[in-house]
Amino acid sequence: MAECHPVGFQWVMEAKARGAKVFHVDPRFTRTSAMADAYLPIRAGSDIVLLGALINHVLGNGLDFREYVLAYTNAATLVSEDFQDTEELDGLFSGFDPETRTYDPASWSYDEDGGPEPDERREGGRRHAEAAGADRYGSGGAAAPSRPRTDPTLSDPRCVYQILKRHFARYTPELVERMCGIREADFAELAEAITANSGRERTTAWVYSVGWTQHTVGAQYIRTASILQLLLGNMGRPGGGIMALRGHASIQGSTDIPTLFNILPGYLSMPHAHRHEGLDDYLEHEGGETGFWGNRRAYLVSLLKAWWGEAATEANDFCFDYLPRMTGDHGHYTTVMNQIDGTVKGYFVVGENPAVGSSGGRAQRFGLANLDWLVVRDLTLVETATFWRDGPELETGELRTEDIATEVFFLPAASHVEKEGTFTNTQRLLQWREKALDPPGDCRSDLWFYYHLGKRIRQRLTEDEIDRPLRELTWDYPEEGERAEPLATAVLREIGGVGPDGRALSAYTQLRPDGSTRCGCWIYCGVYADEVNQAARRRPGREQTPVAPEWGWAWPANRRILYNRASADPEGRPWSERKAFVWWDEDRREWTGLDVPDFETGKPPDYLPPEGAKAQDALAGTDPFIMQSDGKGWLYAPLGLADGPMPAHYEPHESPVRNPLYRQQANPARRIYRRPDSPYNPPESPRFPYVLTTYRLTEHHTAGAMSRPLAYLAELQPELFCEVSPQLAAEVGLVNGGWATIVTSRSLIEARVLVTGRVRPLRVQDRVIHQVGLPYHWGWGSGGLVTGDVANDLLPIVLDPNVYIQESKAMTCHVRPGRRPRGQALLDLMEEYRYG
Amino acid sequence: MAERMGFFTDTSVCIGCKACEVACKEWNELPDDGFVFEATSYDNTGALGASTWRHVAFIEQTRAVRVEGREEDVDRWLMSSDVCKHCTHAACVDVCPTGALFHTEFDTVLVQADVCNGCGYCVPACPYGVIQRRQDDGRAWKCTMCYDRQLGGLEPACAKACPTDSIQFGPLDELRQRAADRLAGLHADGHTEARLYGESPDDGVGGTGAFFLLLDEPEVYGLPPDPVVTTRDLPSMWRWAGAAAVSMAGVVAVAFLEGRVSGNRVPTGRSLVGRVLGRGVLGGRGLGGRRRW
Amino acid sequence: MRRERAMVPEAEFRSYYGRPVIKAPIWHEPHMPTYLYLGGMSGASSLLAVMARYTGRPRLGRTARIAAAAGSAAGAVLLAAELGRPERFLNMLRVFKVTSPMSVGSWILAAQGGLSAVAATSELTGILPVAGDAAVLATGLTGPLTATYTAVLVADTAVPAWHEAYRELPFLFAGSALASAGAVGLLAAPHAEAAPARLVAVAGAALETAAGVVMERRLGLLGEPYQLGRAGRLMRAARVLTVGGGALAAVSGRGRTLAVLSGLALTAGALCTRFGILEAGRASAADPKYTVIPQRQRLDARAEPSAAPPDEREPANLA
Ligand SMILES: Nc1nc2c(c(=O)[nH]1)N[C@H]1C(S)=C(S)[C@@H](COP(=O)(O)OP(=O)(O)OC[C@H]3O[C@@H](n4cnc5c(=O)[nH]c(N)nc54)[C@H](O)[C@@H]3O)O[C@H]1N2
Ligand SMILES: Nc1nc2c(c(=O)[nH]1)N[C@H]1C(S)=C(S)[C@@H](COP(=O)(O)OP(=O)(O)OC[C@H]3O[C@@H](n4cnc5c(=O)[nH]c(N)nc54)[C@H](O)[C@@H]3O)O[C@H]1N2
Ligand code: SF4
Ligand code: SF4
Ligand code: SF4
Ligand code: SF4
Ligand code: SF4
Ligand SMILES: [Mo]
Repeated sequence: MAECHPVGFQWVMEAKARGAKVFHVDPRFTRTSAMADAYLPIRAGSDIVLLGALINHVLGNGLDFREYVLAYTNAATLVSEDFQDTEELDGLFSGFDPETRTYDPASWSYDEDGGPEPDERREGGRRHAEAAGADRYGSGGAAAPSRPRTDPTLSDPRCVYQILKRHFARYTPELVERMCGIREADFAELAEAITANSGRERTTAWVYSVGWTQHTVGAQYIRTASILQLLLGNMGRPGGGIMALRGHASIQGSTDIPTLFNILPGYLSMPHAHRHEGLDDYLEHEGGETGFWGNRRAYLVSLLKAWWGEAATEANDFCFDYLPRMTGDHGHYTTVMNQIDGTVKGYFVVGENPAVGSSGGRAQRFGLANLDWLVVRDLTLVETATFWRDGPELETGELRTEDIATEVFFLPAASHVEKEGTFTNTQRLLQWREKALDPPGDCRSDLWFYYHLGKRIRQRLTEDEIDRPLRELTWDYPEEGERAEPLATAVLREIGGVGPDGRALSAYTQLRPDGSTRCGCWIYCGVYADEVNQAARRRPGREQTPVAPEWGWAWPANRRILYNRASADPEGRPWSERKAFVWWDEDRREWTGLDVPDFETGKPPDYLPPEGAKAQDALAGTDPFIMQSDGKGWLYAPLGLADGPMPAHYEPHESPVRNPLYRQQANPARRIYRRPDSPYNPPESPRFPYVLTTYRLTEHHTAGAMSRPLAYLAELQPELFCEVSPQLAAEVGLVNGGWATIVTSRSLIEARVLVTGRVRPLRVQDRVIHQVGLPYHWGWGSGGLVTGDVANDLLPIVLDPNVYIQESKAMTCHVRPGRRPRGQALLDLMEEYRYG
Repeated sequence: MAERMGFFTDTSVCIGCKACEVACKEWNELPDDGFVFEATSYDNTGALGASTWRHVAFIEQTRAVRVEGREEDVDRWLMSSDVCKHCTHAACVDVCPTGALFHTEFDTVLVQADVCNGCGYCVPACPYGVIQRRQDDGRAWKCTMCYDRQLGGLEPACAKACPTDSIQFGPLDELRQRAADRLAGLHADGHTEARLYGESPDDGVGGTGAFFLLLDEPEVYGLPPDPVVTTRDLPSMWRWAGAAAVSMAGVVAVAFLEGRVSGNRVPTGRSLVGRVLGRGVLGGRGLGGRRRW
Repeated sequence: MRRERAMVPEAEFRSYYGRPVIKAPIWHEPHMPTYLYLGGMSGASSLLAVMARYTGRPRLGRTARIAAAAGSAAGAVLLAAELGRPERFLNMLRVFKVTSPMSVGSWILAAQGGLSAVAATSELTGILPVAGDAAVLATGLTGPLTATYTAVLVADTAVPAWHEAYRELPFLFAGSALASAGAVGLLAAPHAEAAPARLVAVAGAALETAAGVVMERRLGLLGEPYQLGRAGRLMRAARVLTVGGGALAAVSGRGRTLAVLSGLALTAGALCTRFGILEAGRASAADPKYTVIPQRQRLDARAEPSAAPPDEREPANLA
């Protein structure tokens, strides 16, 4: 966190100064470890063992926050008898189809009369998995029955609590020591600290970023932490939670208002060409009827009204048919494969540098070289725009400029200081930025680009029926200045939503399914409340309450802690004075407190839903997780996930060791590309004996186009280097300051050597496992003052099945002293490694 | 004169983000230091210099520590942001022959770029190796404690940028108090290795305007353990030089007087020097007779 | 090389990646050491000129006057060339600061340069002889200062091998200056008038050598930089040349060749000394041990007074 979120890390330091104990779990000793009270070195890719053991520690010793767990989680819920665990099936859950490598989650479901009908369209089912369906749970869970059968004594062997207990029983401190390389004593210290620091009086927070997500089990890493936090009563309470430190500025914003293929604004899923016939059919299959997702018709219709305005009517399903449709996986890596195969002909790359930043750099560039046209919008001439004239494949002779037919259009973009708009941060906080200066020359904001591109396209439209969706689109933002810059505030206001009277709305609860409201993103509804740009508020924290509600605006409804109903006990009283946050005021008969309550203000704690109630009315006064169809925190996910209802430890796709828990070595549902341009290192291969992990440096930014050209940053970390332990250096013959060549079956690259005790060899399964650390910020171009090989050329293309994130944190490699060969010799050596 | 302003750099909370280094360069429009991989942990700028006025040091340490009876390695990664010390008795100011260096109204030490003639004398005079002459520009440069920002009522750029308040800026007296409290706190928490550096007015430079809380010996951070302003010994130096000058004059005088006593042409053994050195040496046969000129 | 072994047992010390703690002097070669030589030569020559004037040695006097003037003029040019901003040379005379040997030195040099120029001009042109004589007399004051202030100039730095040598350096410089001036006398003055120059040369060589030996002894660890590496080679060459030149000077009364050889050897020796001293200063600045170890010892001694090395207990001028 100190490395990649140094500004945010000040709060960790402040917490530390106030007595918080900070643990850091990381394969490398980083700047964060340096500040932590305790540092636990871990083998990359093994966190589920660690977290699972913590869960086991909690369950095994009865340390869970029982009152919270009983009331607010699905611990008591009974699960279908059909469900079989990994413990029974040696690493598989019931419902796995080895043919398609997907699960049918039917058997995972809650115990219901008759049980659910098998349906491949079910959330978590094959079709769902094909389009990274789990991505939409950015704002709530999948559709489960709201009032399933339970056993409040938690003793039924089929209740979630008992299932969990059995499932994690094998995750012991000894296993942690053997698998993660974390000593039992250190584990005990961690376990003691987090349990002692959870409960009524205290809360513990977990903070993670891509060290947890970039794995073939990435989503399940986070699930494991969620289970632990729910068991300890750390969700929805101040000082608790699981903080996802997000990446690029506003990467949170770009999932809320997505740049992803599979979701619409506000985590509504993108309709599927073959699944959804019409609006009603779509709504029927996209989530439950209960909980706040039960209002999804209002959210979607308001979105359609925002986009198609008067043209969207009840009669035409509010133009639902105008929405584009998916046919399956249109994710980044599949698209690249389709480029190589020639089925994707054109490509827009906007604010991204995949030739350097994405796994399998060589495949990325071969894909680009096989396009008809490519549009790149960036601040500098990134490698992705120049690969055809200076890419590494020219040097090896695999590509020749004269043979590359891709027509490249480079359009210079305005940077964030040259335009106005919002950033949405990790805390879901929208913060408005003013423009500091005009962009130089031809540089234009992305808003300008898309708006004017849209206008030009619309000028060329015909009366043809096929053009109707574009013709009828509302595309009329006011423009400003001689460059005709569309007003970003107008866009924000559209996103924030307007009512029948044309006035800005103040909360998503005002959205209507009848087409009378318009809202570009239901979770952002209210950002323009009272016709004020709420995101632009800058009242200093010291001038307001500790929650600082008047600094920026957080979705939803300016709430700073989600599910904060859980900060009070079932009766609505704070769990403790110390942790009081939101509570039920019996006199005023409403929820009140420091934050905006994440609950219907007037719903009393003793509210019980009537039979057949819908949406939020179906949730009781004690159900804090209001986006879930049952209002509960899910210790066990009966559906929605592509790789199992509970996390299980699987080895990374490329691992030097066997999975000691199950015969199933790696995540069975992981996405792999079995094709020659996507080779993999075999597991436990002696050719690739070391663990390779990649990461960032404070001094650079991602693919480097924003830091390599800046002298003040480039001088701080001028060359690509690898970090190795003194032991590995001695074993391989590397010298500090010298050169190393790092090899995988994808490619080989050279890097300077930094020998450091901060990277330690780990004792794993009674073997010493050496790790190689590699930052990935270098490339050959981007106007960089410094250059270096592309770390991503080494990486395999293998993905988590839920959200399609690539496994860039744990793979295997070999290391040789000295620089790499050039030209044909490089290809020869690559072949040698690839085929042994 | 305004209150004495200074820096308290608490290295125990420095996360090595180098924001201070970059902010300083941005504000002061300094040139880069070149792009050289040094293989010294995460430090690739190496030291303070003419174009690096804040420098973050990275020290990787492995210590043997007894934990529950076991010998264990405990890593420490010390990070510390160094800067000009703005000495009370500043050698650079003392030795500057042009008056380019002076103490400002904030009691900070400043080079006037329009006066400095690049004599470079301040460079080896500084006991901390801070100030340096810039190759292309020819003048000496160092931290100004953001004199310009202070005039405008702003805190220095490096302190402003520091996310963890490792760099604290303020009236020196206040900072000393804060530092003492922090030190006491750390000691109470068992961090007995924590110490202050430069805060004492009794040290060799009369205390520094920028002082530090360190977690190891100063030299580990590249700081001198017991710096002394070189001009402390200057009176003595002048005396010794004076003595040497007088001796010189004496030697010459004696040489000539000897020469006169012993006559122009034929030095004899009767002279003082002759007696000391022996006649054979200086006299010799017929020296005078073989006059050439 | 046997002579290059460390003179003091290798002491344990800690540092930041072996990087220097202080900045090495940025003075260049040949500028700075040549200037040190010229300053010394000029200063001592002035003394010769004064004495020549009053002991009736016109030819020696003329030589010395010219040498003094040329030395300080050339020295000033070299000094200006050392500046990062030579066009701002005159800023040296913006202030007069006793705390700055360079400031004091600039004024001394200005005086010495001006006076010796007047003296030499008068001598060569024959005009204003009274003024010329007065100027010569005045250089009797500025000369020795010109020759010795440079020792303070280098000692008044944080460079350990220089600073700690502040007692001996002035004598070393004085001796070297005398030898240099004597050498000029030997080379350029008529044999008949050169006897005092010979004496000065011999005495200078002796003084320089003695001061050097004492200095290196007393400095202990900090004597090392004068003995190792390039500095060591220069200092050894200087010693050989100076001792040899001095010996030759002693017998140079016997012949012109000897005198010329002696003059050349002493000049070369004086130059080597100055180059060696610059190099030794640089070396002692570049290796953190010379900064750290003595300071550490000082601290330890302070913590445990009885353990103080005698040298450190000497009452310093605690300003
Ligand atoms: N300075 C800077 N800041 C940035 C960025 C940048 O490039 N530079 N990028 C931004 C972006 S886009 C993002 S996504 C974030 C990412 O922020 P982070 O996630 O903090 O970034 P990384 O350095 O990629 O990875 C974090 C750590 O995960 C560790 N790690 C690897 N594998 C494992 C594992 O299996 N378990 C555990 N526990 N740890 C593991 C790595 O050693 C590394 O230290 O940072 C953002 N902030
Ligand atoms: N090996 C390895 N690979 C990784 C990771 C890893 O940890 N290890 N991390 C992954 C992660 S989390 C990320 S986020 C990716 C990042 O990888 P990329 O997104 O491919 O790389 P960036 O360098 O962040 O590219 C962003 C580009 O946007 C440009 N830009 C900035 N502002 C604007 C703007 O306003 N408009 C436009 N049009 N362009 C702009 C910048 O100049 C820059 O070139 O890398 C991924 N790849
Ligand atoms: S770069 Fe910006 S977003 Fe990232 S830590 Fe610094 S201030 Fe925060
Ligand atoms: S640290 Fe050096 S440059 Fe800074 S004031 Fe002190 S002597 Fe001068
Ligand atoms: S270099 Fe400039 S600042 Fe330094 S002593 Fe010389 S004139 Fe003064
Ligand atoms: S005070 Fe100003 S000049 Fe000095 S280091 Fe900080 S930013 Fe740089
Ligand atoms: S900005 Fe602060 S935390 Fe970052 S390196 Fe500088 S002193 Fe350390
Ligand atoms: Mo990211």
